Amino acid sequence: MHGLIGIFDNKGTPLEKQAFTWKELASRPISKLDDDAFTRVRVILMNGLEQDALRLKHFGARFNKSLQLPLAQIRRVEHHQMTAINWLLSSDHSPLETTVAYEQVAIEVTAAVAQNEPDPYQAQTYRYGLLEDFDHLYRYSAMLDRLEGKDANNILQGYTDIIPGRPTSEHHRAPESDLRDNYNKDDAALITKIHAAMITAAEYQTHDYYMNIGPLFADPVARQLYAEIASVEEQHVTQYGSLMDPDESFMEKWLIHEAMEVYAYHSCVEQEDNSRVKAMWERFLDYELGQLNLACDLFKQIERRDPAEILGGSVPRMIEFKSQREFVRKVVAEEVNMRTSGTQYVSKEEESPLSLDYRKQMNAEGVPANIVSAGYNWRPGTELSQNKP
Amino acid sequence: MANSAKLGHNMTGAQMSPKDTKTMVEIVKRYSADVPGNASDLMNARREMAGEAGRVGSVPVPGSAKGMLKSTFEKMMGKNPEVLIDKLGERLAYERTGVRLYEAMIAKVQALDTGKGADPDLLATLQKIRNEEEEHFHLLVWAVEKLGADPTAVTPSADVAGVIALGVMQVLTDPRTNISHGMNALLTVELADNAAWELLIEMAESAGQKDIAKAFEKAFAQEEKHLATIKSLMRQDQLKQLS
Repeated sequence: MHGLIGIFDNKGTPLEKQAFTWKELASRPISKLDDDAFTRVRVILMNGLEQDALRLKHFGARFNKSLQLPLAQIRRVEHHQMTAINWLLSSDHSPLETTVAYEQVAIEVTAAVAQNEPDPYQAQTYRYGLLEDFDHLYRYSAMLDRLEGKDANNILQGYTDIIPGRPTSEHHRAPESDLRDNYNKDDAALITKIHAAMITAAEYQTHDYYMNIGPLFADPVARQLYAEIASVEEQHVTQYGSLMDPDESFMEKWLIHEAMEVYAYHSCVEQEDNSRVKAMWERFLDYELGQLNLACDLFKQIERRDPAEILGGSVPRMIEFKSQREFVRKVVAEEVNMRTSGTQYVSKEEESPLSLDYRKQMNAEGVPANIVSAGYNWRPGTELSQNKP
Repeated sequence: MANSAKLGHNMTGAQMSPKDTKTMVEIVKRYSADVPGNASDLMNARREMAGEAGRVGSVPVPGSAKGMLKSTFEKMMGKNPEVLIDKLGERLAYERTGVRLYEAMIAKVQALDTGKGADPDLLATLQKIRNEEEEHFHLLVWAVEKLGADPTAVTPSADVAGVIALGVMQVLTDPRTNISHGMNALLTVELADNAAWELLIEMAESAGQKDIAKAFEKAFAQEEKHLATIKSLMRQDQLKQLS
C-alpha cells in the first residue's frame, strides 16, 4: 500500500514548459507485429483518459467563466498528449483489428480494476460490465475471421480468451436498469473515485470509436454489429458514469481526474517495456503532475479547501497490465447469468421486464452479434484451419 | 525503412506462447459457440441485405445528351452509353490516382539509403511510368469530353476504383514499408490497369467510338510495358535478396 501523495510531492513540469512540435505529435508508431499487446493496451487506455480529460474540462468551462482560461490552457496540452499517444497506433491496424484491441483493453483493465476495488458494489459493477466486453471480443473476433480472414489472436497475443460471455443479444437493457448507485464522496476511498473516472473514460472512448468507424464498413452485417455494440457501450458509459457521486463539485471531479491520470501514467511507466513509449509515459507523467499542481492551486483559491481532502488516502497498487485470464474465467463461470433490475444485480429470472420489452423490440429484426458468430469456435490461424485436408 | 525482410521478435503467432494457446483452445471446448449455425449465416444475411440495398450512385447525364432524343443518343453511342461513360470515368480516376501512387513510390526509392544514393535507373523508370500515367489521365479527359460528358464527375465505377486503391495507397505511403512491399502494391495496380485498358478499347469499338479506341491503343501498349517492367523489377529485387 502506498499513497499517491508521495507521487504528488513531485511538482512535475510547469504548464508553460509543456511544449510540442507537430513532428512529436505524429511520431514513429508501435509495431503491430513486434510490440507486446500490452503496449497497445496502454496506448489505447491513455488515449481514452486524455480524451475524457478534454471532455470533462469542456463541460466545466460551460458552467464557469472564471475557469475558462486555465482550462483552455491545460486542454491545449492534454489534446496534444492525446494526439501523441493515439498516433502511436500504426496504420496497418484495420479498424476491426483496432476494435479487437479496444475490447482487450476493456477486459484486461476492467478485470484489474475489479480486483483492486475495495467497494463491493462497485467491484460487482466492474465484473458485470467486464462479462459484456468479454462477449463483444468474441463477436468481433468472429467478424474479423469471417470478414477479413484474420485471427484475432494475432492482436491479443495469447493474453485474452476468445469465448462467449454474457451474450451480446442480452446486453440491451432499459435505461432504468443501466443506472447504478453512486459512491458517497465523503466516505469513498480515493481509489474508488479513480476507478470510476478511469473506466468511464475508457468506455466513453470505445463508444466514440465505434460510432466513428462503424460507417466505414461496407459489409451490412458489420455495420449492424457496430451499431449494436456501440449502443451497449453507451449503456456502459451510463452505468460507469453513474458510479460517481453527482454531489462532487466540478473542482472535485477535476482533481480526481488529474489524480487518475497521474495514477495511470505512473502504472504505464512502471510496466512499459518499449523504451521509446516508456519515455513518452515518463514525460507525460511529469506533465500530469504539473497540471495536477495547477488544479490544486485553483482548488485552494476557489473552494478554499485543502486538496488533501480529496486526494488523501492510499491506493492499493498500480493498474496491473497483465493477462487476467484466471479471474475472468472465474467471473464467467460464476456470474454470466447475472442480470439487473434497476440498480440491483439479480438472477436471470428476475431481470427487469422493462429491459425484456426493450430488448424484444431491438432484436425484432435479427441480432447482428448472433449472425456473425453463428457456430464460431476460435482456432489458432482462424476457423478455416480446422478444415485441414 | 528496412530494405528487406528481417528476423525479429514477432509476437503474433500462436507458437510464441504455446501454453497460452493450449489453454485458449481447451477453454473453447468448454465454452463453444452459443449460437447455432456457421459462416453461411453471414453470407445469407449479406444476400438478403443486397436485395434491399440501393446503388453506389449514378452516371451523370452527358451534356451532349441533354435535349437529345434517347434514340439519337443511342445511335451515336450504342445501347446503354452510360456503361462506356462509367468505365471511362473509372479509368480516368484510376490513372489520376496512379500518378500519385508512383509519386509515393519514387519518394520511397529516394529514401532508401544504399550508401551511394538512390538507384538512378529505378528512379528514371518510375518517373517515366508516372508521366505516362498522367498522359493517360489527359487522354481520358479528352475521350470523356468527346462524348460530351463531364470529366470532373465521379462515376460509380470511378468511386469503387478509389476504394480499391485505398489499400495500395496505404502501403505506398507508409514510411515503414520497403521497396518490395511497394512493388507488390504497384503490381496489383498494373495487372488491373492492363486488363482494364484492353477491355476499354473493345468497349469503345463496340460503342462505335473508333477514334477513341484508336487513341487508346498507344496507352494500352504503354501499360503492357508498365506491367512487364514492374514484374521484372519485383523479380530482380526478390531474387537478389534471396541470393
